Amino acid sequence: MKDFGGKVLFLNRADINTDEIIPAKYLTEIERQALKPYLLEDLKLEGFDPKRDIPGRRVVMAGANFGCGSSREHAPWALEANGIRLVIAESFARIFRQNMFNCGLLAVELPAETMARLFKEFSTRDTHAAADVSRNVIEFRSGKHAEEIPFTLADFDRALVDAGGWLGYADARY
Amino acid sequence: MGKTVAEKIFESHVVDRPAEDVWVLRLDSVFCHEITTPTAILDLMERGKDRVFDPARIKAVIDHVTPAKDSKTALQGKVLRDWARRHGITDFFDIGRNGVCHVLFPEKGFIRPGYAVVMGDSHTCTAGAFGAFTPGVGTTDLAVAILKGVCAFRTPRTMKITLTGGLAPGVFAKDVILSVIGRIGMNGATHRIVEFDGPTVAGMDMEARMTLCNMTVEAGGTCGICYPDAVTADYLWEFIRGDYPSREAAAADFRRWLPDPDAAYEEVVVHDVSALEPVTTFGLKPDNVKPVREMEGTRIDQVFIGSCTNGRMSDLRSAASVLRGKKIHPLVRGIVCPTTYTIYAQALAEGLIQVFLDAGFCVTNPTCGPCLGMSTGVLAEGEVCASTSNRNFNGRMGRGGMVHLMSPATAAASAVAGRITNSPLFKR
Repeated sequence: MKDFGGKVLFLNRADINTDEIIPAKYLTEIERQALKPYLLEDLKLEGFDPKRDIPGRRVVMAGANFGCGSSREHAPWALEANGIRLVIAESFARIFRQNMFNCGLLAVELPAETMARLFKEFSTRDTHAAADVSRNVIEFRSGKHAEEIPFTLADFDRALVDAGGWLGYADARY
Repeated sequence: MGKTVAEKIFESHVVDRPAEDVWVLRLDSVFCHEITTPTAILDLMERGKDRVFDPARIKAVIDHVTPAKDSKTALQGKVLRDWARRHGITDFFDIGRNGVCHVLFPEKGFIRPGYAVVMGDSHTCTAGAFGAFTPGVGTTDLAVAILKGVCAFRTPRTMKITLTGGLAPGVFAKDVILSVIGRIGMNGATHRIVEFDGPTVAGMDMEARMTLCNMTVEAGGTCGICYPDAVTADYLWEFIRGDYPSREAAAADFRRWLPDPDAAYEEVVVHDVSALEPVTTFGLKPDNVKPVREMEGTRIDQVFIGSCTNGRMSDLRSAASVLRGKKIHPLVRGIVCPTTYTIYAQALAEGLIQVFLDAGFCVTNPTCGPCLGMSTGVLAEGEVCASTSNRNFNGRMGRGGMVHLMSPATAAASAVAGRITNSPLFKR
């Protein structure tokens, strides 16, 4: 079973775009791992410091329309280079969402009310989240408090995750 | 139930339905540039799959950083160049013959109504202006497209934006699309294809339609689509004259790619542009849109005229008409970038390049560089740019820089004034 979990990085903002996730000046890197130090370097979010806040985090939680803008797959690559394989958001921009699954990563949408409650409940505390793709639930845990939130994963998206991404899936099939 | 344009294109291109709502489409063409393609090429090589589905259907260009600015960008160019040679990709455009992909590929006649095309670039949606389905994709989708000639999409959902009313003098397609994005928001078309219809679109030339479709992605849209007609047939005529007895016959054939009268739309927005005035952006999101009038006096350090949004002939003509006989403000740096060499040569022949030079502009070679802060026009912290490009995100043109999006005429007038202002072309 692939691991989609760990300490959560809370980014309480909508419309976080891929220029913020990885600025274009780093698109000259051909190696994915080279993107690691630059993740979220240009994120406009009060109190956020990438150097302090990213190390050790394995899950990102954000508002609506996460990953809008440029199609650069460097955005999911920069996340993965930092060990982040699960992004939970109110909604995703189409290309970013597809890029996540194409890389075998998980992009999970939860309803606005659920997201608002989870932010309120957990964002000020050290929180661990883990997606169990066999049961379609994400477990949130902080100290003694724990709860499970169900999510939907379309069969095709699950197949991409199982295949390790679209290239493996398509190569075996077409 | 009638069909939308996208539904017709999906049904004519489908090769597999791996799930109820997933369509794997056969691609008519795959477009490539040197920023997103090299990683796909290296991935394929690593897997022992260094192949292309059809070299004649792959078009490639070096456009984002050209000439190369350092060893890394030189390597990206080399990976793409070597790959094109290795696989016999003859439609490969290197410096001296290149141009901004979304302008160059239509100019070369690589798009047709009814086509399904992908590219690893979000502004691929520009070519939807020809009545085609042209979504931007990431590098993995691109790798599969190169290898297999297919790409997967969800069942198309379409919204229709009906543009009505005539544009006032000095108001352009750029103002129209910015006003649409300001109205529906940067998430307003997410996961949807946008059909632009109405008399305003019918009256637009192909360049204006490309500007319209180009920024569909700034509202989250998968692709913009304009209905192919006589204007489309005229633009493509030199490339299709062997296929049709006349332009009229071509336009008649293109009607296959119109939506059925009873096609179902998720949403229809009627947007009247008759009272529209020139607009610009004010914040860090493309839906932060205001009349130029309300931004009047905003100090600027740089003006950029170019990009896949507004670097075509009509854009250079309108900017030059504002600049003719004028000098730009002494504290403003002006950069104009004709987006292909054909456009560059035409602008030279029409005397436009001289107008820009006389006004004090730097005229660069065709490149995407300044628009995304990669080269030839990066902003310093705290600097402000009046730009004809498509994104005003934080850091887009350089860390700590501010970008205001606007039409070429507004940008030219602002260059002269040293602050954001309406162009003299605008008359109510």
